Amino acid sequence: MANAVAEGRDLRVSPRWRDAQKRRERWIARLLLLAGLVSVLTTVGIVLTLTVDTVQFFQQVSLWEFLTDDKWTPLFTPKHFGILPLLNGTFLVAVGSALVAVPLGLGSAIYLSEYASDRVRRVVKPLLEILAGIPTVVYGYFALTYITPLLRRYIENLEVFNALSACIAVGVMIIPTVSSLSEDAMVAVPRSLREAAYALGATRLEVALKVVVPAAFSGIVAAIILAVSRAVGESMIVALAAGSTPKLTLNPLESIQTMTGFIVQVSQGDVGYGTVEYYSIYAVGMALFLVTLAMNLFARWVVRRYQEGVRA
Amino acid sequence: MGNAFEIRNLNVYYGQHQVLYDVNMNIRERAVTAIIGPSGCGKSTLLRCLNRMHDLQPGVRVTGEVRFKGRNIYDDDVDPMEIRYRIGMVFQKPNPFPKSIFENVAFGPRINGYRGNLNELVERCLRQAALWDEVKDRLHASALSLSGGQQQRLCLARALAVEPEVILMDEPASALDPISTAKLEDLILELKSRYTIVLVTHNMQQAGRVADETAFFLNGRLIEMGPTREMFANPREKKTEEYLTGRFG
Repeated sequence: MANAVAEGRDLRVSPRWRDAQKRRERWIARLLLLAGLVSVLTTVGIVLTLTVDTVQFFQQVSLWEFLTDDKWTPLFTPKHFGILPLLNGTFLVAVGSALVAVPLGLGSAIYLSEYASDRVRRVVKPLLEILAGIPTVVYGYFALTYITPLLRRYIENLEVFNALSACIAVGVMIIPTVSSLSEDAMVAVPRSLREAAYALGATRLEVALKVVVPAAFSGIVAAIILAVSRAVGESMIVALAAGSTPKLTLNPLESIQTMTGFIVQVSQGDVGYGTVEYYSIYAVGMALFLVTLAMNLFARWVVRRYQEGVRA
Repeated sequence: MGNAFEIRNLNVYYGQHQVLYDVNMNIRERAVTAIIGPSGCGKSTLLRCLNRMHDLQPGVRVTGEVRFKGRNIYDDDVDPMEIRYRIGMVFQKPNPFPKSIFENVAFGPRINGYRGNLNELVERCLRQAALWDEVKDRLHASALSLSGGQQQRLCLARALAVEPEVILMDEPASALDPISTAKLEDLILELKSRYTIVLVTHNMQQAGRVADETAFFLNGRLIEMGPTREMFANPREKKTEEYLTGRFG
């Protein structure tokens, strides 16, 4: 190139070549747009299907019954279609797994951001994130064949299928979500704030708990919400370990069923197409979709508020 | 008046790189000592040796002694939290906690187990930092809603709240406008009757206005130290004269 300039050669490209290049650029842009559209269209398609079949369901079952009946027995007579027992199951697993994941995830995030040396962090962080890569079916199997027998040694009246071991397995599964995202939020807390606290005679723990965690609080809340919404949407672990008994209970030692667990159960069973049982999974799916959507929106809102707080 | 600090043969290394060479100096009690010099001369490093802030940075090595009231603060049995509690610090950029104005001032007393009346203490510190009248009606508003100059005075109030004996200031006015700077300098002059103040500044005029004593650093070495007026009028060293007259820096 430089030589070409030095030799005074003509650097202009021919108009034809330039037009060809413009066309190529346009095609590339279109292809990339298409790639993006695939996932958008898929989402739209899913929501449409969900909506259409949910409408079908509600032509046979009243919304009132769906929201207030306290039994969910679409597969036996008398049939009841009350979502509450399934919501209860999902709620139990969400809360139980959060009880496992929040202290452990937050503890490891505080360790990684405030205590660990760079070398330890470089080793431990990726290891923790491997937890997120384990297929959930492996967790479910692990819960059923290892955690439950272990727990049954200490808890006599623990049922074979129970919410507790599912909570533990789901909790472990979502630890990396809590720890990784909260650590990011804590690392983003400016060093100057830590120094300010140290200069007042604060200990490492005081700096972590009274300065870093509060300053990163919204980020941590967002991490927890995202983790819990993963727990809400988790299906294999609860289908394998938590049982298939929808009931209104807060006792984690019993067998329960979550919304996702019910969908798995019906999807693999021999429910006839077009029956009300068949449509019920769409109604449950819609309820699940709305719950996780609300949680994700809430998490986004928290994160945005947090960023504005830092800028102000 | 006695010495607050006696620094003996102080050397500081960042990894392999030495940034302070054999510093020997005394810092007088209840006086303002300014540390001046061009950027990179080691003046902030020296300041951070006085309250062991370097402990928090991996790879920093300190040799020699920093005696505070006769005791080497680098001795093994000295608790760095205790040192930092007795030696307050105000930083280059205002760094209030993202909490309320009140909570910022109350932070130090709270973590150090203060048993008295917190409201009175916060008011007294904010008055000392000449901020009370501006914030008394919104003590529970976020500290981040204050202007830069107000934030820096809040940081000063926060440092005063643990009732330190020394206040270290690392270019406290470098991020402030001239009016805020003037206010801060007035404050420094007021506070020196009760506190030992060590002020790092790249602004020679500022050192001339507020400091009783001035130390001039260049390339990690203490070149000259003495009463500010004397040193500014008749520097003993050629390098000092060149710096003071703006030949470099």
